[in-house]
Parts: sequence; C-alpha cells; structure tokens
Amino acid sequence: MAASPQLSALLHFQQRPKTTVSTGIGPFDAIAGGLPCGAITEIYGAASSGRTSLMLGLLAASSRRGEVCALVDASDSLDPSCSAAAGVRLENLVWVRCRGDAGHAFKAADLLLHGGGFGLVVLDLCDVPRRILQKVPLSYWYRFRRAVEDTPTSLVVVSTEPQSKSCATLLLEARNRRVDLAGAPGFHLLRGVDLEFASKKPVNQRTANLRAESTSARTA
Amino acid sequence: MFACLHAVGPLPSADELIALAEEYSPFFEVTGADTVVLDMEGTERLMGSPAEVGTAWTTRLPGLQVAFAAAPDVAIQAALRFRGLTIVPAGEEAQWLAPLEVERLPLTAEMMETLHSWGIRTYAQFAALPEIGIATRFGQEGVHLQRIARGECPRPLIPWRPHLVFQRKEELEHPIDLLEPLLFVINRWLQEICDGLRQASLATNELHLTLALEGGARDERITRLPVPMSAAVPLLKLIHLDLDAHPPAAAITGIQIEAVPVTPQRLQTGLFLPQAPEPAKLELTLKRIAKFVGDDYVGTPEIPDTHRPGAFRLVLRQGFVNEPAEGGAPPLSLALRIFRPPLAAEVVVCEGAPSAVSTPGIRGRITHWSGPWRTAGDWWRSDAWNREEWDVEVSTQGLYRIYFDRDSNRWFVEGRYD
Repeated sequence: MAASPQLSALLHFQQRPKTTVSTGIGPFDAIAGGLPCGAITEIYGAASSGRTSLMLGLLAASSRRGEVCALVDASDSLDPSCSAAAGVRLENLVWVRCRGDAGHAFKAADLLLHGGGFGLVVLDLCDVPRRILQKVPLSYWYRFRRAVEDTPTSLVVVSTEPQSKSCATLLLEARNRRVDLAGAPGFHLLRGVDLEFASKKPVNQRTANLRAESTSARTA
Repeated sequence: MFACLHAVGPLPSADELIALAEEYSPFFEVTGADTVVLDMEGTERLMGSPAEVGTAWTTRLPGLQVAFAAAPDVAIQAALRFRGLTIVPAGEEAQWLAPLEVERLPLTAEMMETLHSWGIRTYAQFAALPEIGIATRFGQEGVHLQRIARGECPRPLIPWRPHLVFQRKEELEHPIDLLEPLLFVINRWLQEICDGLRQASLATNELHLTLALEGGARDERITRLPVPMSAAVPLLKLIHLDLDAHPPAAAITGIQIEAVPVTPQRLQTGLFLPQAPEPAKLELTLKRIAKFVGDDYVGTPEIPDTHRPGAFRLVLRQGFVNEPAEGGAPPLSLALRIFRPPLAAEVVVCEGAPSAVSTPGIRGRITHWSGPWRTAGDWWRSDAWNREEWDVEVSTQGLYRIYFDRDSNRWFVEGRYD
C-alpha cells in the first residue's frame, strides 16, 4: 500500500542525510561521523562523566575554524580560564549566564538560534534540577530543531539525562572510566580522566574512548 | 592651479578664510587655523585670471597673503613667505622657492640639526642634495620634504568637511507617559537623523538620548553600538529595549537625540570564510537577552592579567575573528565546572589530607586526592586570596576541586571536574 504524501515527506525528512563537520577529535568523528550541522546533538551523563570536557572540545574546534559560537550556561558554571586552556577562542564566544534559571536559558537559546549566523550553539543544562527539566514541553525541542534545520548551525545540548527525545539527530552517553591520579603514596597528581562516549542514537553499538588531560599548571 | 590663502595677523579669521574659499571652489583643504589651499582648476573663465582673483581677495581681506602655483605645497610655501599676491609660473617653482630658509619646512629637530651641521640653509641647497643620500639618512619623510623644496610634489587635496551635528531637540506640547507614543516621536526623528547620516556617507556608533522629565529632572542614556549603523530600525529597537528595561521615572516633556557620526565599517569578507552573525541583528539579540538575564551576564569572556582564581570579565566585542586558527585541534582537556558562589563545606582531615567532605548535594568519603596546591595574591588589597587547593574524588559522586581558605579557616567546594 502506498504511503500518504505527508507520511512520505516525513520519512524523507527523517532519512535525509545530515551534513557533518569534522571536529578534529578523532574518536568522536569515528563514531558520529563529525558534528551534524542543522541538527540537535545531545551529550548526557552523570557528574564527572566528561560531558563538559567534550563540550569544550567542540567549542574549541568550532571557534578555531573561525565560527562564532554561543554558550547558554543555565547554571553559570563555565570557567573561562579552563576554556581558554582547552583551546576555545574566547573572542569568538558569546556567553549567556543564566544563573540557574532554566526558563531564561531556553529563551536565550531560542533567540540565538533564530538570530542565526552561529556555527555552534551550546545549551548547557547539566546542573538544572530534574524536576524543572521534566516540565519542559517537547514542543520546545521541535521548535529548536525547526530553527536549526537547513542552517549550518549545530545545536549541542549537554545534560544529565536525555532531554530532546526524538528531536536529537545524535545522542551520546558519557561515562567516566578511570581517574588517572599518578604519583608516589602520600603525593598524587591528577593527570587526567579516561572517558567513554557511547552512541545511543543512531544505535550502532559504537563507543569512543577519549582521554581528557588535566590542563592545570600543576601537572606541567 | 592651486591657490593658497594665508592670514598674517589675527584677521582675517579662520571662518572668514573658509567662507571665502567656499565662494570660489568646492574643493579646498584647511591646513591650519590661518591657511587654506583651494583647487582653482577650471575656474579661470568663470572667476577670472589668478591675478584678478588674487587682487580681489587681497582687496577684500587686507592682511591676506595669496599665492598661486601648480602644486598645493608650492602655493603654501609661497603664501607663507611672500607678501601680497604671488603667482608662481609653472616650471619655475624651484627658482621661486630657492632663496627660502630651510627652517620653513616642517623638519624635525633632529633633521634640522643635521642639515645645519652640513651647512644647508636654503631650499636650493637642500634641493641640490642627492635623493638617495636623503632617503638613506632621513627616510621617506626626508625625500618628501626635499621634493617640496624642489617644487615637485603634486598631491590631491584633503577636502575640508564641515563639522556635522546630527541632533534633534524638541519640547513636547503635552507630557508623554506611555512608551508607544514616545517611540512614535523618537522613530520620526531617528529616521531624519539616519537619513542625514546616510547622505553624508556616515554612520553612528553612539546614540545620546536625553529626556526632560516632568518636575525638571533629566534622564540621560547613551546607547553604544559595537559596529557603526545608519539604519533607523535597529536603533529604534535598541532604544525600545533600553526604555522597556529601564523606564523613565516620570512623564516626558522634552526629547533630545544626538547621533555621534563616525565612518561606516567596511568589511571585505572572503568567499570561503565561515559565516558570522549579522552585527546589527546580533546586537539586538544580545540586548533582548540582556533584558531578562541582566546587562552584566551576556557577552564575550576576557581573562584579565591576574593569577586570581576564576577571574574574568564580560565585554561586548566589536567583531569576531573569522580567520581559521593555525595548528590542528588541541587535545581534549579536563573541564572544571565552577560553583558560583563556592559551596561552604565540612571537611574531615586525616593525617594532613582531606578524607571526607559534606555539603548540600555532595557528601561522601574521599577515595583519592591530589594536593595541596597553595595560591595567594593581592595581599595589599582587601579582597586578597590565600588558599590551599585539593583535587579530590568523592566516592560514587565525582571529581571535585575543594580549597581551604587560610584567612577564614573554612573549606569550600570550588567546582566539579566534568
């Protein structure tokens, strides 16, 4: 039986290949094929799972390509020194500090996406309580998806649990495998953290093992 | 043919010189408060010969020294030196300028001293020096001055432009206490100001809005733009957002708008460079966001020149760098999420190292630790810092940075590695 035109259009939309851009982070590009443009990418995981490290890596890659990036920081937790050490070009970053107000974060993200011209917009919801995020209607995410599709902008959402449901083109779960504390007994040095990112959408059982090195001057 | 008008005494004034120049030529350069150079090319049939025009000028404004020459700098030198009317025939510039003292050239003290030590006193002596030697000794500036001394320095004039003021000021017949009618009035004037700016090929990067309030008070606000604009719509929207966020204290009885004119920004973008937000649109977007998050909570971060932990400031940038950075992608680095403000914590210390931490949301035994790392600074200020930092792994809860404030003897959780 032939599908209706609306269903055909929907299937065509779902199957349409997304343009991706290489991030320069080898294992990430290997499992995801790069960062999808004009789509929502979601990175989620528990505390200290490496979500923010990957977020800074994506911001660094985008800003170093000469793109203008925006970070909507719901909990006002960005460390600019740490970001600069991660390679983020701060002069190409617009930072919106929402001081714990998730409503402001969604509103700011909406304005930035509709303003256009950004290479990467990151919505950081990591420390927003679950009870608040559960109240966010799914229509917000459809609106965001409509705002970015057919544009070169990537929207990356970083959170503790998946939020954008079916609207995300790429969904990655972050896990902390090992904290590398080296040194003799009685004196330890934080060298870095071994991380694992598993692709949950598309479901392809692929995982990327990454290492986030400590950039603190103490380890130099 | 160029003409130079030079006032010897306090009269004629600079305004009189400019008024006279405007009568005779649309292109003239004001080189000083007492000297104006005019381009008289093609005006002979209309205005008369240089002798007739020069006589008319010296008769009209006594105390004026006038010189005509084929090059503007020769006309200036002749007008500064010779009284009355001087006409330097084309091709004879060097002979006319030859007896002038070399001090009349705009030489630096060092150049003057060198020329004097060489025994150079006149234009003719300076002009006779080898050009290569002058270039070696004094650079391009010396060569340019030597060409002036030789009468060989054709150059275009830098046209004088009147000081333009883009301002509207008006008292209202009835006080306005609603935003919409106020914006209606402001919109009309902004349109006029922006039309004027565009006609003069200018834009504005600073808009001064002064509102006279009922009761005699004044509300002054300045809208600074990261890029010059000459379109009324975004300017009106910016004023709208500002008035909406910070409404005036009383009804408005008078309005004054002034735009500071600047040269418009011209950018040559590359075909293969990444896109960037359109400046006017980005400015509006950031103002809209600032309306609900606060003016100090949106912008581009900058790291100040200090070792103070967590120091940064937010600025509104005037442009972004759209050239790709050199070198490959940097390796992934461990990020720290800062708690603002830091969380006060109870920490159990065992054998000189923290063994357990407790604060709302984080509670547990410390399984691994790294530290302490002592930092201190700005001891001469009231906000000095002096602390011991530790990186700790709290069982099943994550990796944190905690610190012991040595001044207050208290523990804090600064942030979480993520």
